[in-house]
Amino acid sequence: MSEPGQFGLPVPPPNPNLETQRFWDATAEGRLELPRCDSCGHVVWYPRERCDQCGSTSVTWFEASGRGTVYSCTVTRRIPGSWRKAAPFVLAYVELEEGPRVLTNIVGCDPETVHIGQAVQAVFDPTPDGPALLRFTPA
Amino acid sequence: MPSVTIRGKALIAGVYEHPGRELPDRTLPQIHAEVAAGALADAGLSLADVDAYYSAGDAPGFGALSMVEYLGLDCSYIDDTETGGSAYLVHVQHAAAAIAAGQVNVALITLAGKPRTGGAGPGGSARFSSAPEASFENQFGMSVPGGYALAAARHMHEFGTTSEQLAEVKVAASTHAQHNPHAFLQDVVTVEEVVSSPMISDPLHRLDCCVITDGGGALVLVSEAVAASLDRHCVPVLGTGTAIKHTSGGRTDLTHTGATRSGPLAFAEAGVTPADIDYVSIYDSFTITVVMTLEDLGFCAKGDGGRFVSDGALQSPGGVLPFNTDGGGLCNNHPANRGGMTKVVEAVRQLRGEAHAAVQVPDCELALAHGTGGSLATRMGSATLVMGRSL
Repeated sequence: MSEPGQFGLPVPPPNPNLETQRFWDATAEGRLELPRCDSCGHVVWYPRERCDQCGSTSVTWFEASGRGTVYSCTVTRRIPGSWRKAAPFVLAYVELEEGPRVLTNIVGCDPETVHIGQAVQAVFDPTPDGPALLRFTPA
Repeated sequence: MPSVTIRGKALIAGVYEHPGRELPDRTLPQIHAEVAAGALADAGLSLADVDAYYSAGDAPGFGALSMVEYLGLDCSYIDDTETGGSAYLVHVQHAAAAIAAGQVNVALITLAGKPRTGGAGPGGSARFSSAPEASFENQFGMSVPGGYALAAARHMHEFGTTSEQLAEVKVAASTHAQHNPHAFLQDVVTVEEVVSSPMISDPLHRLDCCVITDGGGALVLVSEAVAASLDRHCVPVLGTGTAIKHTSGGRTDLTHTGATRSGPLAFAEAGVTPADIDYVSIYDSFTITVVMTLEDLGFCAKGDGGRFVSDGALQSPGGVLPFNTDGGGLCNNHPANRGGMTKVVEAVRQLRGEAHAAVQVPDCELALAHGTGGSLATRMGSATLVMGRSL
């Protein structure tokens, strides 16, 4: 595993594919882009070129607000492998203003203070390959 | 309800749980072979009688294709359904359907693994890293306890569940495990000991987590005709249900499991209700798994699971709903990091009256086994079986 990122957590590079390249390209520029179904308006997560609700394969990417609230969180204190030295860190689900709940980390604060319902804002944690990881800090 | 039911058409004739918990001197296929031999011997059958074989992600190579060859089977029916630790309950459902359809007479299901002494098992990290969700979940330090902790934290937030209530699940399991000479952990623990054990991922402590053990197990299912020829108590499969619960395009709801759908399917097929069940084997990867599953199967109201498991409700004998009398995954055994097999094995022991005398449920007529494979945090395969002492 490479050196930790700006928040002291590992920044493992993602594996973009044809369906997700747009998402990762946007993160490299500090923007959160999401696919919205052209047929039913559902905002799909994880990003893909189809709507899991209505089956449409037509989606339009749009820039999301980056605002969200903590849906659930845990302070991971013991973990084997490459994340061992990063503990304690916060693993969380953040519910985006646009609807999806995304797995992420809450960074830039004391892990013990993170709580369900907390307002958070997206930050982009660059990986060595260029794409950045979508993490959140207290708003 | 389907017009054709499998209720009672297939019977569990043989079960076997490997007594080992650390098996450094065995290969994975050897353990599969040992448990296969054990379950067939229990039924009074041999490898030559097997015409269907079922395996999941713990089987090496091509899975069933490789194992049928290694074992020397002659099968006209195989099934590699993979739902993680619940796969073996799904296999029972599939085997029962095939037997009911007249396509199979003797079905063999095996599980084996060496996570304790053999490193990571098969199943394929490459397979998982190529999953479409991988880069949106694996970059954030997700661990197995961490995922279940997310579900536990939300359950506590919504319903007021406490760490002490979760600990009651482990206490009940440990109370049973003291009577199991093969259990990996045989010491009875208290609520205080659970909540003061090291925190792994809030709110789950070390003693909220299942054990990591080598080992395995096997099941043999047979048709009514074969069962009639055997000198062994065969346990009829009365009801089965499978459900996949996933992240729903990002609308993940951490407060329930797939048991909300697999349970009603199994109860309806069996023609029984939760109140009729005498014994339950509930997949206990973590204490929270049990609490949420009991709610979702209808043994208590949603959100009341923490209160339900308190005051010894799960202990045998005497509790209102005796569970995991072998000590479960929390204390006894979690071979290959997959707990579904041993859930079925202990339920069959109870229905046969062959559980340890100290934990045998008196007059056990109806038992339920439930598996939860995958993760409470993301996607899971939930499978429920209802079995009877007799038809």
